[in-house]
Amino acid sequence: MSTAISTAEEVHTHDHDHDHDHEHHELGFIRTYIFSEDHKTIAKQYLISGILWAFLGGSLSILFRLQLGFPEMSMEWLRPILGGWIDDSGKLDKEFYLAMVTMHGTIMVFFVLTAGLSGTFSNFLIPLQVGARDMASGFINMLSYWFFFLSSVIMFSSLFIETGPASGGWVIYPPLSALPQAMPGSGLGMTLWLTSMTFFIVSSLMGGINYICTIINLRTRGMTFTRMPLTIWSFFFTAVLGLLSFPVLLSAALLLIFDRSFGTSFYLSEIYIQGQALPNVGGSAILYQHLFWFLGHPEVYIVLLPALGMTSEIIATNSRKPIFGYRAMIGSMMGITALAFIVWAHHMFVTGMNPFLGSVFMFLTLIIAVPSAVKAFNYITTLWKGNLVFTPAMLFSIGLVSLFISGGVTGIILGNSALDINLHDTYFVVAHFHLVMGAASFFGLMAGVYHWFPKMFGRMMNKSLGYIHFWFTFVGVYMVFFPMHYIGIAGFPRRYYTFTALGNDSMAAFTDMNMFISIAAIITFSAQAIFAWNFFYSIFKGKIAPANPWNSNTLEWTTPINPEHGNWPGEIPAVYRWPYDYSKPGAPEDFIPQNVPHSATLESNLPEENAEIAREKDIEGLLGAQNESYTH
Amino acid sequence: MNYLIGLLAIVFFFLAVSVIAKSVKLNNKLSGTEEDDSTVDNFNNANGIGMLIFWLLFVILGSWSFLNARPDFLPIAASEHGVKTDNMFWSSMAVVTFAFFISNTLLFYFAYKYRFNKNRKATFYPVNHKLELIWTVIPAIVMAVLVFTGWRTWRDITSQAPSNAAVIELTGHQFGWFVRYAGVEDGELGNVNYKLIDDTNSLGIDFTDKNSFDDFTATELHLPKGQPVLLKIRAQDVLHSVYLPFHRVKMDAVPGMPTKFWFIPTISTDEMRAKLGKPDFNFKVNCTEVCGRGHFGMSITVFVDEPEDYKKWVAEQKPFLATNPAYLDKVPTNLKAKASKYIPIEPIATDSTEAVSVN
Repeated sequence: MSTAISTAEEVHTHDHDHDHDHEHHELGFIRTYIFSEDHKTIAKQYLISGILWAFLGGSLSILFRLQLGFPEMSMEWLRPILGGWIDDSGKLDKEFYLAMVTMHGTIMVFFVLTAGLSGTFSNFLIPLQVGARDMASGFINMLSYWFFFLSSVIMFSSLFIETGPASGGWVIYPPLSALPQAMPGSGLGMTLWLTSMTFFIVSSLMGGINYICTIINLRTRGMTFTRMPLTIWSFFFTAVLGLLSFPVLLSAALLLIFDRSFGTSFYLSEIYIQGQALPNVGGSAILYQHLFWFLGHPEVYIVLLPALGMTSEIIATNSRKPIFGYRAMIGSMMGITALAFIVWAHHMFVTGMNPFLGSVFMFLTLIIAVPSAVKAFNYITTLWKGNLVFTPAMLFSIGLVSLFISGGVTGIILGNSALDINLHDTYFVVAHFHLVMGAASFFGLMAGVYHWFPKMFGRMMNKSLGYIHFWFTFVGVYMVFFPMHYIGIAGFPRRYYTFTALGNDSMAAFTDMNMFISIAAIITFSAQAIFAWNFFYSIFKGKIAPANPWNSNTLEWTTPINPEHGNWPGEIPAVYRWPYDYSKPGAPEDFIPQNVPHSATLESNLPEENAEIAREKDIEGLLGAQNESYTH
Repeated sequence: MNYLIGLLAIVFFFLAVSVIAKSVKLNNKLSGTEEDDSTVDNFNNANGIGMLIFWLLFVILGSWSFLNARPDFLPIAASEHGVKTDNMFWSSMAVVTFAFFISNTLLFYFAYKYRFNKNRKATFYPVNHKLELIWTVIPAIVMAVLVFTGWRTWRDITSQAPSNAAVIELTGHQFGWFVRYAGVEDGELGNVNYKLIDDTNSLGIDFTDKNSFDDFTATELHLPKGQPVLLKIRAQDVLHSVYLPFHRVKMDAVPGMPTKFWFIPTISTDEMRAKLGKPDFNFKVNCTEVCGRGHFGMSITVFVDEPEDYKKWVAEQKPFLATNPAYLDKVPTNLKAKASKYIPIEPIATDSTEAVSVN
């Protein structure tokens, strides 16, 4: 879409420096915008798909919030949209309620915060920030998006079938998800869910392999690992997490497919349902939960790490200050990545798992709080004595840090197996993960969009609308999820259509609060329209962006305003320094981009950096080899 | 209160409209004038101050809402371990609320304090190993303490049930709970087999096991106050989860894998009714693992009786075999004599159809 506002033919005329065989003639519309191999176009495809999914996922949550906040309300007015899902008494169908809860979770976790966040920004930023012409394999990258698209189409179509989409919760625990007789959503809807997720996993694996290869192999000369922006580090760890954990979900899904369709008993044992004893024996429903959460927990960090990486970058840039503790930030992300694989069973304390295992996982889970705390403190110290520019991206980043803290601290409660007994599957959990992974990652996504929009589309988004969008969203998110903790402490279980069965009028105590949460959710959701309008309007009519609108150090701002395929019309710039030389004492400007050699900044070099000057020749000497790597 | 919330919504709506109108106006004004090339605009101060105001309001409204909702939080703990976990919950909450308050306060205060000022330059402060060490070690120590206390409590809760525990079986199904007691004679539950389930024997009690002869079923859960209770938990169709909110008991029911949870109820239903001033109060078992359409309604009533009342109630219950003598046919010949003694009426009901019609 960036090419819509620039001319498409200039690249090869200016392009004397790298291999001409590799340059293609003008690509047609289809190869430019649809089956594109350009990482920037693929990123935009992911972003726009993600935004569409986010609105769908959000609107589902509004529907079930209506039910929870206004249990007496007639939903008759929704009949034109929902048809038979409104029952004869004008209420939301009870199974459809569960279907919406399930689809909201699935859409938000996988389609918005995995594909929409990591897919968009890993694709967009990795080549631009490490100094590469494109991803290691543009073709696989293209396939990755189209597998995701296929998966999206299948998941979307499952919303329209008669028996309804998958309804057993986004975790689709068998036997509920395995037995069509248990609920209608476990019929065709679940088949489509599993098919869709299979393609989704294929897509994210292809994406992940590309991200890892590109980061390891295609860094420009001088871009050592310790000069990489934290964004790239976070994308790297995210890709590693995905690569190691998604295959496990695939195997879990495959075994479930076998159980559903081919009569195996991996998860099924001794089941009597609908007047019939099933022949399956010997399976274990707990096995599925182990396999699922072996992905499911890393998935939390797959969603969160890119957001943390991007906000590190945005907070440093807009504080006009280096990120505090660059190496500690990498170290803590590395720690989180490693620990993410060995905490999964804290989702299963009360599933009947051996209590000794519970003790082990409680211990491992609470360790993960340490690197997370380090990250939060480092963010706060980065703000300290900064000179803060509150761009919309900066506001969303600060919002992320706050949400990350507020949602993170309750993780310490839930990670304690003794306390989890009472809180497990209550609204306390819902509040916790919506703050720490849902809202925090969403804020990271928004921060990223506001920050890199000028690079994506060559135009600026309207800042004032950005501020309004931020304040409504930030206040709204807290109004929705903070009171939700109270409902959870009172012991209200999640995925309940209504709370009448708790008895003893306990429902009455929180009627007002549920109503309040629903109203806040509706306001927050409506405020996203401001963003949508700003986003789509600015793509076409926004103010033309300057080359480096935020005075940032990273390499993407050294490209032309609308980078063509190949990103840099001439040589790829070399990198001589880390990306966080903001407000360096002695420097005339308050930022020194990564491609400025130390020999050009004698006035601001730290003593040990003067030694770097001697190495600049070595870095330059790598140019030939780098160009070579693009010739094959 | 409904009106209050409606009012709140209206206030918000007008607030929203006025903010948008005002900023659009400001924005028009801005775009009319030449914007300087700095990335900082006129709203920078407003946003910085907004951060501080946000946090002040958050603390005020957060505290108010907490105090307001306090009476409806954790209902009175009615089990021994529940009192312990409640205490641990609130002390852990105090620790994390402290961390939450300090770090958010610093975050928003710094955002306000260090908002852009063109006469100032940010301090180049990339690293301080000492500081990092401090804030790695302190959370680590706090975590270690929390883990240790949590682990001890968890170990106690999940330890082996005392041998004198009343054994009660809870079986989840779509959508309800079956209750089975071990009976008065042997105090042991007989085997069940899902293939033996029929319309009457909805649990699939296996009458080739002599322990099942005195087992009786119930539609409510009766628990003895002050005595250990061991719940043996099963599921027939899909996952369910036993949840006794007042007793802080939660354990999944898994088809094919029996689970258990033992605890000591400390407050009888009558005492709780008096405490809460609600004469119609009842403890409940609910389901907390999504199990389908009726998930939210899957509850039965729990009565915690004084030990002597409990004994009396148990004594009044008739074994399943007594109320359904037809199942005597399933008893192997060598155990028939033993089983027959539970059949109250006349010897063996030969006419099984008649016997079934008794229930």
